[in-house]
Amino acid sequence: MNSFGFEIQKDNTIEYDKNDLSLAAFVLRHEPSLYNCIQCGSCSGTCPASAISSYQFRKMQLLMRRGETKHLREDVAHCMLCGKCILVCPRGVNTRNVIRQIRIALNMN
Amino acid sequence: MRALKKEVVIIGGGPAGLEAADSLNKLGHAVTILEKEGKPGGKLSNWHKLFPDNVSADGILKQMVHKISGDIQLITNVKITKISREGTKHSVWFNEGKCIQAEAVLVAVGFDLFNASLKEEYGYGIYDNVITSAELESMFTGQKSLATVTGKTPERIAFIHCVGSRDEKVGFRHCSSMCCVTGVKQAIEIKKRLPAAEVMMFYMDLRMHGRFYEDLYLEAQEKHHIQFIRGRLSESSENPDGSLLLKADDTLAGSPIKVKADLMVLLLGFVPTDFHRKMGEEFGVEIGSDGFFSPCDAHLDTNSVKTNGIFVAGACTGAKSLEYTLADARSASLKIHEFLLQTTSANILN
Repeated sequence: MNSFGFEIQKDNTIEYDKNDLSLAAFVLRHEPSLYNCIQCGSCSGTCPASAISSYQFRKMQLLMRRGETKHLREDVAHCMLCGKCILVCPRGVNTRNVIRQIRIALNMN
Repeated sequence: MRALKKEVVIIGGGPAGLEAADSLNKLGHAVTILEKEGKPGGKLSNWHKLFPDNVSADGILKQMVHKISGDIQLITNVKITKISREGTKHSVWFNEGKCIQAEAVLVAVGFDLFNASLKEEYGYGIYDNVITSAELESMFTGQKSLATVTGKTPERIAFIHCVGSRDEKVGFRHCSSMCCVTGVKQAIEIKKRLPAAEVMMFYMDLRMHGRFYEDLYLEAQEKHHIQFIRGRLSESSENPDGSLLLKADDTLAGSPIKVKADLMVLLLGFVPTDFHRKMGEEFGVEIGSDGFFSPCDAHLDTNSVKTNGIFVAGACTGAKSLEYTLADARSASLKIHEFLLQTTSANILN
C-alpha cells in the first residue's frame, strides 16, 4: 500500500439522526430529573473522580443524550457513587441514579 | 379633586413607596408612608451607582425623598403588627398599639437579599474574603475599603452569579434577573478603581435583558478585559494565606477549573421578605411559587390582589430594576386612584 503521508481524519460531527438514542431514552425514562439539567457544571466541578480522570458527569450525560456512547462504559466506571454531585445540583437532578441506570443499561452491575 | 381626598397607607418607604406616594399626592390623596428603617430609601440607600448608565444612587434617592412634603407623611422605625378591615376602612396597627386608618393600603415592601451563609459550600461567613454584592457596594460608597480582610489590594477578584437564584437546593428556583447586570456593573467599577486587578465572572447564563445591558457586557470585555467563565461555582476553600481556591466546571472548555482569588463576590438573589408570608397567611394575599405576591392578573392588572382595597407595587411582586419598580409604582397609584373614585361614587349613590 502506498503511503501518501496523510490520512483521512474522522470528523467530530454529531450525526444525531444516525446515532442510537435508545440508551438515553432508557435512562431518561428511569430518571426523568435529568431532563432538568442546565449544564451549569456544578456536578463535574465538585466531582472527586473528575479531579483525577477525564470523566465528567456533565459532559458524559450530554454526549449520551446526543447518542455519543462510545466512551460511556469507561466514563461511568470512574464514578464512585459518592453523591457530591447530587448535593450541589441546583436543579435537583438525581445524578447518582443516572449513573446507576446507565450501568444497568450497559449490564455493568 | 380635593373633595375626593382619601387616606392611603403605603407600607414600605423604598423607591416604590416613595414614587407611589408622590403620584398619589399629585392625584389629590393624603398619603402616609410606614417605613421599618430609620430613614426612607430601602435598598437604594446602600447602593453606589446604578446600571446601566452609572447614575449616582444617592442623587436619585435625594430627588425622591425631596418629594415627601405636603400631604405625604412619613413615619419611620415602624413595626407592623396587624392589618384589619371593617367595611371599606383598613386599620394598620404598628409599634405597640398605634393605628392608622385608610381606604386603601399599598404594599411596597420590596425584597430581601438571599442569606448567603445558607450556601455553605461557598464559604460566606466562614472564609473572611468571601463577600456579598451588597458589601461590595458599601466598599464603593466608601463605608469600607476595597481590600481583602487583611487590607491587601486584591489582585484577582471572582464574581459568582446566581447565589440564591435558580437553585432548588435553597428553595429559590426563580431567576432574580438583576444580578447578572449588577455583577457586570460592579466588575467594571472594580477595574476602574483597580486597573491592575484581574476580574473573573463565573456564570451559568448571562441574562442581559434590559436596554443597554448588553452594551455594559461588551464594555466589560472590550475595555476592561473581564473574563467570563461559563460554569457555576461548585465549592470554595481557603488557602493558608487567606486567599480562596475556587472549583468549578469550565463547561465551554470542557474541563474542571481551579482558580485562586483574593476576593470572592457573591451576587445575591432577590428573595421574598417575612412580610410576604405574613400578608399571605393573615390577610389572604396570594403568594406565587417564588414566595412573592401574585397580583390578580400578571398582564392586565399587576397591582391589585384579590383582597379589596389592598394593592402591591415594586419588587414585592418579583425582582425588578429601579426603572420598572418606579413604573409599577406609578401604575399602582392610578389603580388606587380609580378604586378610590369608585368607592366615593358608590357612597354618594348609597
